Amino acid sequence: MSIQSTRKDLLIMAVFTTAVLTMPIWLDPIGAAYPDLLQKFAIFGIFAIGFNILFGLTGYLSFGHAVFLGVGSYSAVWSFKLLTMNVIPAVIAGTLIAGLFAVVIGFLCLRRSGIYFSILTLAFAQMSYNMAYSVLTPITNGETGLQLTQNDPRIFDAAAETTGLPITELFGMKLSGYPGFYFCAVLLIIAFFISLRIFRSPFGLKLRAIKSNQVRMNYTGFNTRPYLLAAFVISGMYAGLAGSLMAITDPLAGAERMQWTASGEVVLMTILGGVGTLIGPLLGAGLIKYFENIFSSYNEQVLHEIFSFLPDFFENIMVFLVNPFVGEGWHLTLGALFMVIVIFLPGGIMEGWTRFIGLFTKDRSKPDDHNTPASAKAQTSEG
Amino acid sequence: MDAIVIQILNGLDKGGAYALIALGLTLAFGTLGIVNFAHGALFMMGAFCAVTVQKLLTISARVRDMSVTFFEAYKETPYLELWWGDTGTTIIEYSVPLSILIAIPVMALVGVVMERGLIRFFYKRTHAEQILVTFGLAIVIQEIIRHFFGANPIPQAIPEIVSGSANVGTMLGLSDTLVYPWWRLIYFCFAIVVIGGVFAFLQYTTYGMVVRAGMADRDTVGLLGINIQRRFTIVFALAAVVAGLAGVMYTPVLPPDYHMGMDFLVLSFVVVVVGGMGSLPGAVAAGFLLGILQSFASMNEIKQFLPGIDQIIIYLVAVVIILVRPRGLMGRKGVMES
Repeated sequence: MSIQSTRKDLLIMAVFTTAVLTMPIWLDPIGAAYPDLLQKFAIFGIFAIGFNILFGLTGYLSFGHAVFLGVGSYSAVWSFKLLTMNVIPAVIAGTLIAGLFAVVIGFLCLRRSGIYFSILTLAFAQMSYNMAYSVLTPITNGETGLQLTQNDPRIFDAAAETTGLPITELFGMKLSGYPGFYFCAVLLIIAFFISLRIFRSPFGLKLRAIKSNQVRMNYTGFNTRPYLLAAFVISGMYAGLAGSLMAITDPLAGAERMQWTASGEVVLMTILGGVGTLIGPLLGAGLIKYFENIFSSYNEQVLHEIFSFLPDFFENIMVFLVNPFVGEGWHLTLGALFMVIVIFLPGGIMEGWTRFIGLFTKDRSKPDDHNTPASAKAQTSEG
Repeated sequence: MDAIVIQILNGLDKGGAYALIALGLTLAFGTLGIVNFAHGALFMMGAFCAVTVQKLLTISARVRDMSVTFFEAYKETPYLELWWGDTGTTIIEYSVPLSILIAIPVMALVGVVMERGLIRFFYKRTHAEQILVTFGLAIVIQEIIRHFFGANPIPQAIPEIVSGSANVGTMLGLSDTLVYPWWRLIYFCFAIVVIGGVFAFLQYTTYGMVVRAGMADRDTVGLLGINIQRRFTIVFALAAVVAGLAGVMYTPVLPPDYHMGMDFLVLSFVVVVVGGMGSLPGAVAAGFLLGILQSFASMNEIKQFLPGIDQIIIYLVAVVIILVRPRGLMGRKGVMES
């Protein structure tokens, strides 16, 4: 059994690695194969995978994960300013400092569960956001956002002779465009591998047990809190990593990254793809970022072109109907889609997929028990 | 002494808004057991009721401006002024108070539709799922509002009589340097009246008594042959109306924009938790308390001592309360203590 599952995991990893590294090729037909967008896929993929380790496995819904993203970004930019333009220290700094924040915030928030946990994380997120705008301006540069300047110390770099701002690099290789994407992609693959190992490990099993019935876990004499804290810190570090990658692809960090609606976005991604599944959050992140990109570029003129095959009258009607959902109104589509998913398909795209497959196969084997009504009920009675 | 009184006054109007929103949230939670993240959106919709009424009243015609004699100048004059002269002007001036009349039926309808259309399917699902779906709804409402009204704040006028400041100092027998804007004073009184109305409704009417009984033990009330579900739906509509009214009256203080709901939502959730989930007096008391606390924290003397405290004081209080006393200030023992 275990050899088989190891083999299956190897296969998953091999397919995943190939898929990620060849993204520039197979995403070309749908017009998504340019570095900026691919970088976003990878970065938000990491963010969502990390969030899923907390929310998907333990069921603790955090509304403050954007804090770690912001902290990661700020740390990375400071590493660029003070140390060097090399990205390795930036990634390490971003991940570790976000991890530190996660230890503190997690230690406090995990004393409560259910809605209290959500509100506690929300409160911490708002506190960090407000502080970043006001008191911490020396560190965060307030509303302008933290930027690189030419006369930053950068103690490990030789004095730059070039004019203009320095570019992030990996031992001399400039990390903009495709090299930047491949750097993010490699980290995404590592992140995915770690997440896979966590899902398969006894640790992951314990987290799932906490989700399905924490009270029973406690009654069996099992102290759940260290495991919860570990999951929280790991997912905070993922967010920090994603934040530092954001700073690497675009060396600028602003406080709006930490607002609670930004935390809401990663929740949307995870739910859309499928909570508690391995690949779901990645799918969700990719889909949201892709459609955000496509939809926001539409405007009334483009719509008129699209519907130009219709008679004028119907064309105008269609444009009138569709217009609120694209361009600036893309969030409307997102919100509506999200509601539909939560109402009809709580397991997200992945659940839809298994149901779809189930239609064609006689084998009605029971799906994974992450989202069965039984576990949901257990949670309700507990809260 | 003056400084203290003025800070308390400053906190009252904001506290009034917090208390009203938190009251609605608690009503929805106490009756239906729903954690409603779209409640901030209801507040925002109320505010935009006022905007809509003002826009409707000031639909204008282009008329020749007679005061300019050198060339043909035109100016926009609202039809109301053209038809009814000064009466029309007065009506436009009172658009915010008038909006209350419009907002009550509109918000009640919104509340009923929201409850019947969406929320009733989520009674039995987890709090996390309730949060998620109402969060989605809040985004949808917010984006619809933005589509129709744009992203910029829309300032609202208030009647001329109350545009100045009240000389609170002389009223209270303190120094006469103590002044306070009339409108904020009105807002506070309005909040008190609405809160008093809701409590009186729950406390002194048979209908309210049944609702309270249902909050305590839904199943038993249902077994007595009372359609408790319908009453809860109406209570949800009432919560929506309260949030909407809070929004209408708050527009002169804070020009409404499409994301004001989200901004207030987090704060009012914090207020609910501090007061105690499901406790109506707790929500009201915590609302005023936190409003006043926030205004004290923004005093310069305190800010020098603890920089930035005004930004985080509310959240700090909430964190401490949740960690130390999860049932909140006035929550019942054993309710939502995990």
